[in-house]
Amino acid sequence: MIARLLALLAIAAWPGAAAAETVAIVGARILTGGPAGEISAGTVIVRDGRIAAVGAELAVPAGARIVDAAGGVVTPGFVVADSTLGAVEVSQVPASADRASRSADISAAFDLSLGLNPDSILLPVARLAGITRAVVTPRYEGGGDRLRLFAGQAAVIDLGQRPDMVTRPRVAMVLQMGEGGAERAGGARGAAFAALRTILEDVRHFARHRGDYDRGGGRPQTLSRADLEALVPVAEGRMPLIVQAERASDIVEILAFARDQGLRVILDGASEGWRVAPAIARAQVPVIVDPFANLPHGFAELGARLDNAARLHAAGVDIVLKAGSGAAHRARELRYGAGNAVAHGLPYAAALAAVTINPARAFGVADRIGSIEQGKEADLVLWSGDPFEPLSQPRAVFVRGVEQPLTARPLELRDRYMAR
Amino acid sequence: MRHTVLLPLIAALAACAGAPPPAAPSAPAALRAGLDPVVEAYPSTYRAAPAERVAIVGATILTGTGAEIADGTLLVADGRIEAVGAGLAVPEGYGRIDARGRWVTPGIIDAHSHLGVWSQPDNVEAQNDVNELTEPNTAQVWAEHSLWPQDPGFDLAREAGVTTLMILPGSGNLFGGRTVTVRNVPAMSVQAMRFPGAPYGLKVACGENPMRTYGGRGRSPASRMGNVAGYRRAWIEAADYARRWDAWRRTGTGDPPRRDLQLDTLAGVLEGEILVHNHCYRADEMAVMLDVAREFGFRISTFHHASEAYKIAPLLVRADVCAATWTNWWGYKMEVFDAIEENAAIVDRAGGCAIIHSDDAVLVQRLNQEAAAALSAGRRAGLTISEGEAIRWITANPARALGISGETGTIEPGKRADLVLWNASPFSIYALADRVWIDGALVHDRSRPEPRHSDFLLGQPGQEPAR
Repeated sequence: MIARLLALLAIAAWPGAAAAETVAIVGARILTGGPAGEISAGTVIVRDGRIAAVGAELAVPAGARIVDAAGGVVTPGFVVADSTLGAVEVSQVPASADRASRSADISAAFDLSLGLNPDSILLPVARLAGITRAVVTPRYEGGGDRLRLFAGQAAVIDLGQRPDMVTRPRVAMVLQMGEGGAERAGGARGAAFAALRTILEDVRHFARHRGDYDRGGGRPQTLSRADLEALVPVAEGRMPLIVQAERASDIVEILAFARDQGLRVILDGASEGWRVAPAIARAQVPVIVDPFANLPHGFAELGARLDNAARLHAAGVDIVLKAGSGAAHRARELRYGAGNAVAHGLPYAAALAAVTINPARAFGVADRIGSIEQGKEADLVLWSGDPFEPLSQPRAVFVRGVEQPLTARPLELRDRYMAR
Repeated sequence: MRHTVLLPLIAALAACAGAPPPAAPSAPAALRAGLDPVVEAYPSTYRAAPAERVAIVGATILTGTGAEIADGTLLVADGRIEAVGAGLAVPEGYGRIDARGRWVTPGIIDAHSHLGVWSQPDNVEAQNDVNELTEPNTAQVWAEHSLWPQDPGFDLAREAGVTTLMILPGSGNLFGGRTVTVRNVPAMSVQAMRFPGAPYGLKVACGENPMRTYGGRGRSPASRMGNVAGYRRAWIEAADYARRWDAWRRTGTGDPPRRDLQLDTLAGVLEGEILVHNHCYRADEMAVMLDVAREFGFRISTFHHASEAYKIAPLLVRADVCAATWTNWWGYKMEVFDAIEENAAIVDRAGGCAIIHSDDAVLVQRLNQEAAAALSAGRRAGLTISEGEAIRWITANPARALGISGETGTIEPGKRADLVLWNASPFSIYALADRVWIDGALVHDRSRPEPRHSDFLLGQPGQEPAR
């Protein structure tokens, strides 16, 4: 209790921390992404950091600050998946990056929710692109390493630049299969599946015999205690496994493996996913798609094409759009990617869902964010026009009910040099 | 010394490939084949595909000159722009395209591409021909000798409206080698893609890349000062080489200088016939490079990446140097930490030559969107820039940087009919290229997709029509 109080005091003392207020955003076209659908001219009421009401004809509460949103479009804040926001400042400066563990003993146990930086100058830049949350996801660095089959655990964070930035830690475990997984497992896809099966057996054995392990007994284990412990919820099907794979056959094999082992899977990449879309849909596995991925970078991605997202959606797959792998500096391209997906056949509402409610659902935070619904945390963006169009810009961004300054270090650089 | 021939002569050579090369006018005697740097050794064999007379009627035309013509008409004949304007009559014999509600722009020009020299599948090491990382000065290598016309990336770029590209060697060396400017046409050889008459470029790289490449091996350059010493040493040698050729041609006596491929290219820069394309991010480094150029009496055509061009826009305008940059790329290393989305717009409004380039097989497919993001950032900063002006960032200005603005980059009578017909404003995220023409020949029709040129994906999995 005291610790919690101290934490709250620390947050209150955080530089720039703004209090949530009561706000009425009035007169906008609202794309709620929730049961209220699209409201051609409506009001969103924000109170105590949450959405108090949304609708066409709402009375503005006394004392509320009114944001005149006429001519604008309000959407839920965007969620960028497969991101490293908060875990990197300069990509090629290792000391500024906390996105990967190179330790042989800390792979699955690497928890990216720890050690994030709310002061990162990347967060305001992403906010200026309407992004209010990120699924920060561990990376592999240092090439193939069989000791590190798993990259670690992802977390959902908010971009409000407060120390309590973690919405939900440990939302999923990252595992690369396909070409990369084969390299880590010793050079072949079959070796990767064998290694994975062995590890899952070890984890289950460990979960049943923790006491033996602590007494130095039991059978030899492939992973450190920390890694084994981290994998228990994965083996028990409680924590989803983000599986990076591109080739159609890799996807099919992973779906079968997951079914056998009782694993929950979120596919990441899946550039040939369109070829096996019905199987993915039947397995009810969400897919994180890069809407720009249409190049045959390798022999696992020969079938990559720009309508992958549209075809997966049409087959009934829940898709999540991303802004490239490990998006941080370029996370701001998320909305352009959504627009490109629409240009290549994805229905507009599906594209909006793929950057809002779908990632929220896939990572277990849909009860809190992802749509404009009463009771949800107030992540809102007021846009000057269609949010996917580059010529539109945000007019206001709210994270957890707090209006964010529309500034960022690059804009300060701009202003410094334009003033000369 | 006249180092390489003038552009019309290159064109003439292209027209009679195989004829003996003409001797330099002032040469004392013809040298044995291969010993004279003057010879155009790898001439373009590009031939425009057959083109019909076409009238594009009713479109919004962004001409690349800064103008926007509403409800415009564009006439194409003999592969060239014949006329453009509002309310032009369509003469007999022209195929009429109803373009009402659509947009027309010049074909997009990418001033910075590695297509064909770092080809798909680019995760495969054998496909990486972009950097000759064996010496900090590899001015002797030519990108065209790596270029694989079967790179599937060319097809995708063409479908996105890219009609001309400059292919550069990478930036790991101080002098990466010669660039080559190509028409984005299906071809079996690089010669058949080479833009007739386009000058060569020399890739020069500042900053972190050469330092990291060679400093990491315990050799020079290991610092920015080492970089600059490396440039200067090379330019001194080049100036001396040019002097020796000049003297030999003047006196006509004695043995000719021994030909040196590396110095051929550098001396070509000193003669003003090869354009310098300088990978350089930081403002201070660009300022130093301008002084290096002044010391040795050459011009820099373009700073590529040029993330801090906005900090020195007036200097770049005075030096008449283009700044080719991105909108969204930043922060991946220290020298690009200060990149801002408004870079191109600020250079443009200072009166400079702003270019949006790709350097990337993905981004080359949406240079119009990258330009749109730059335009939007400029407007957010309060700058007044029209779409007609911003389209120059991916058309007229790269044509200028590449030395081909007499031929392409704008929609003006007499220019090559390199054109894109868009289904929406090219500054919209939803815009797709409905049709693309190169020299008046239709090379892409979205409504009638043809098998792609690249052989790589033929017969491979994932190429079946989507169900």
